[in-house]
Amino acid sequence: MRPILECQRLTKKYGSFFALSNVTFSLERGQIVGLLGPNGSGKTTLIKLANGLLNPTDGHIMINGLAPGTATKKIVSYLPDRSFFNEYMRVKDMLAYYADFYRNFSMERAAKMLDTLEIDRSKRLSALSKGAKEKVQLVLVMSRDADLYILDEPIGGVDPAARDYILQTILTNYSDNATVLISTHLISDIENVLDRVLFLQNGQLTLNATADEIRTQYGKSVDALFREVFKC
Amino acid sequence: MPWDLDNDRPIYLQLMERIQQNIISGVYQPGDKLPSVRDLAVEASVNPNTMQKALSELERFGLVYSQRTSGRFITDDASMIQKMRSELAHAHIRQFFSQMHDLGFSDTDTLELIQDTLKGEDHETDS
Repeated sequence: MRPILECQRLTKKYGSFFALSNVTFSLERGQIVGLLGPNGSGKTTLIKLANGLLNPTDGHIMINGLAPGTATKKIVSYLPDRSFFNEYMRVKDMLAYYADFYRNFSMERAAKMLDTLEIDRSKRLSALSKGAKEKVQLVLVMSRDADLYILDEPIGGVDPAARDYILQTILTNYSDNATVLISTHLISDIENVLDRVLFLQNGQLTLNATADEIRTQYGKSVDALFREVFKC
Repeated sequence: MPWDLDNDRPIYLQLMERIQQNIISGVYQPGDKLPSVRDLAVEASVNPNTMQKALSELERFGLVYSQRTSGRFITDDASMIQKMRSELAHAHIRQFFSQMHDLGFSDTDTLELIQDTLKGEDHETDS
């Protein structure tokens, strides 16, 4: 089966600055992958390239064998690192919006998760806390039956109890056929759910290994290895 | 409630130990059906593939077996569970002795200390 995400010598320059340089890797289906790196290492650039929001300077990025575009947006469910809704909208408007846009959106699943999180669907976004907004957006993204979920900092703004729930949400909602790519700084919170870890450093891919390979080889957690590699 | 896992050892090994522990302590009875991989992974808050690997390893040792359509079961071979129990006991004891060595006690010293400790306390498991 072809990889769900494949990068070949992927390079992105902003002016003369290399945000990504020569990044090559491929991800199989059925995995949860951590995209890890300090601020400014190129995580969000990579994610934007995968979603067709940026074009590569050089090299290729392919989703299921296709360059990012209309066809890949049907199978990629993307959580950006910032709020993407108008504040005047109500939660139920957003649900309708998603149902309108995406054929693979499950209203039932979204409703169930929102109920568990006790989020009132008649509220406007402007009336929700930062954490509640993030939860709503994650619920929308995880309620699609996608092949690739790309989550840019999904747990940054929520409290530890909600983090556990969000991880559970991710674990229960992706299918065996789908891959989840999560970028985050909060490694210790998510490392137990990761299959694979990608380290980005100054735009280069410096490590691509399974979480248990790291523990076996280095005798330490992914979090501890990250702290060592990226020590300031 | 996520399972308590150490930071420095492979996760699948710790999952195997935890399931073995659950079998020995009777949380899972011989012949019991195990929850699905996904449910166990969610319960432990770990990656489903890692849970799958732990279960495959336990299967390789014969501690669990799978029936193609109906799922995974704990072995009903009581002697195997007994054997695993005594292996784990030996492992604990070896680890204990090695820690005592690190503190500078020889095996004989350690044995004496154990006896003193048991004599000194009203040990609840005393028979």
